[in-house]
Amino acid sequence: MPVFYGREVASPLMLGTAQYPSPAILAEAFRRSGAGIATVSLRREGAGGAGAAFWQLIRDLDVPVLPNTAGCHSVREAITTAHMAREVFGTDWIKLEVIGHPDTLQPDPFGLVEAARILTEDGFKVFPYMTEDGILAGRLLDAGCEVLMPWGAPIGTGIGLMNPYALRTLRAQFPDVPMVIDAGLGLPSHAAAAMEMGFDAVLLNTAVAKAGDPAAMAEAFALALRAGQMARKADPMPPREMASPSTPQIGLAVLA
Amino acid sequence: MTLTILGAGVCGLAVATELTRRGALVELIDPTGGPGERSCSWWAGGMLAPFCESETAEEPVTRLGLEAADWWQSAGVEVARRGSLVVALNRDRGELDRFARRTTQHRLLSGDEVKKTEQSLASRFDRALLFETEAHIDPRHALTTLRDNLAAQGTPVLRDGEPAGIIIDCTGLAARDHLPDLRGVRGEMAILRAPEVSLTRPVRLLHPRHPLYIVPRRDGHFMLGATQIESDSRGPATLRSTVELLSAAYALDPGFAEAEVVQIGADARPAFPDNLPRIRRRNGRIFVNGLFRHGFLLAPAMARMVAELVLDGRKPEVMDEDHGEWRAA
Repeated sequence: MPVFYGREVASPLMLGTAQYPSPAILAEAFRRSGAGIATVSLRREGAGGAGAAFWQLIRDLDVPVLPNTAGCHSVREAITTAHMAREVFGTDWIKLEVIGHPDTLQPDPFGLVEAARILTEDGFKVFPYMTEDGILAGRLLDAGCEVLMPWGAPIGTGIGLMNPYALRTLRAQFPDVPMVIDAGLGLPSHAAAAMEMGFDAVLLNTAVAKAGDPAAMAEAFALALRAGQMARKADPMPPREMASPSTPQIGLAVLA
Repeated sequence: MTLTILGAGVCGLAVATELTRRGALVELIDPTGGPGERSCSWWAGGMLAPFCESETAEEPVTRLGLEAADWWQSAGVEVARRGSLVVALNRDRGELDRFARRTTQHRLLSGDEVKKTEQSLASRFDRALLFETEAHIDPRHALTTLRDNLAAQGTPVLRDGEPAGIIIDCTGLAARDHLPDLRGVRGEMAILRAPEVSLTRPVRLLHPRHPLYIVPRRDGHFMLGATQIESDSRGPATLRSTVELLSAAYALDPGFAEAEVVQIGADARPAFPDNLPRIRRRNGRIFVNGLFRHGFLLAPAMARMVAELVLDGRKPEVMDEDHGEWRAA
């Protein structure tokens, strides 16, 4: 199971907690999937502790909480939100989002590195939401991050792994860094593919929360992750150009 | 038998109306003096849309909501039975298909039919879902109508008074001390006056990030709603929410560009963890609460069930706790 900053989590499935039809259905999705981490946003809900009732429901899920800085468009906003999250949830984990564009919600790589450095120096354990860029990955590690969270596709699109080539390269470039595919997944098959590539976990929200039956979809993702993980360990065959029948031709009856 | 109802928002007024209608003598107490800005129902949209709501709400909301339009009409409230319309921008066409799959009682309109149904949407939407049997009311008109009718029958809203007899607590979020699993879900809304806009029925714009509904009111007024944020805050609307609501409205109908922003409001809806309403007997009171975003849709059914409980001793389906501290007289 994945280990983040020295802490092992129970499942490679990390679930967001926004947009569910109700908190009861959210809890059911966690129960059925056995998700290992709950992410929660504070930016809009935070003012004056007004989100306390909902946050208590999140704590009651009884899984480690990874607060995030979703909706933050500047380094300063992200840092303020991170400090609030540390106070509210009593954790130094923070999923760092610094959004670079309001439409595409693409992460701002420059702001991300700056915020990651400041937060790490301040004792936070940063989980940066990033593009799949290998140079950016190196800078984030230099800034003190010990986990990377490359996107599969832009947030909420459900497209899946948009750039498998770059993701494979990133995985190969930093083989020992725990990596989570974050955002853009729509189907359990996308999650299985991420595990087959050797990623350690996936983080999703919309694909589950906006499904007709969120709890069933969460379970489907959990099963797909298990399949992908098992396949990775089983050492899959490489693709081949040459067709190779699994039954030998020699010895078949010749029906002239 | 004496009955005291606490709270003169949509829930308390509907319960008082229903009990009075069945011949009970009730007292209605609300320290704010009755329906107004301190009730979250004051800020509601007033859509009676049981089928649209079934996109995310569970089954009881749709079934119980079917009682709403007739009840409001019988209470003397003007009910507009013009259906509701659901649209999505071209890039979000998949959202309309998803909405159609998850709801019933709708008809897919072509571009020509959209034009005949709501002229001003014709050029921007070549498809729409029409929910013909749905209706809408003006919440403030509905609340004051119930209040005035009750007063005319000898039951004015009292600012203070000593609760006596059976106490029916309809105070929404204010009942949290008694109902620890109740939480607030913040909503922000705006009222515009837009004489150039001709929408005649509620329109929902499906948007992956900023879903919006617009409900027509009298004299060129429109209500835009509503955000849904996991927060108890009842403070003023934020800039981000306001910008999102207003720009979504402009995307729906550019005629809103010159609209006057009459009011921007915010409040928190009372909800239980499954976002379904409850009748609960506890601490010597009957609590009617958790109507969430369905106050006007569900208040009639909740009022009926409360009346059946206190007058006939019939246990309602939405009753989740009964400590038996009170027995029907």
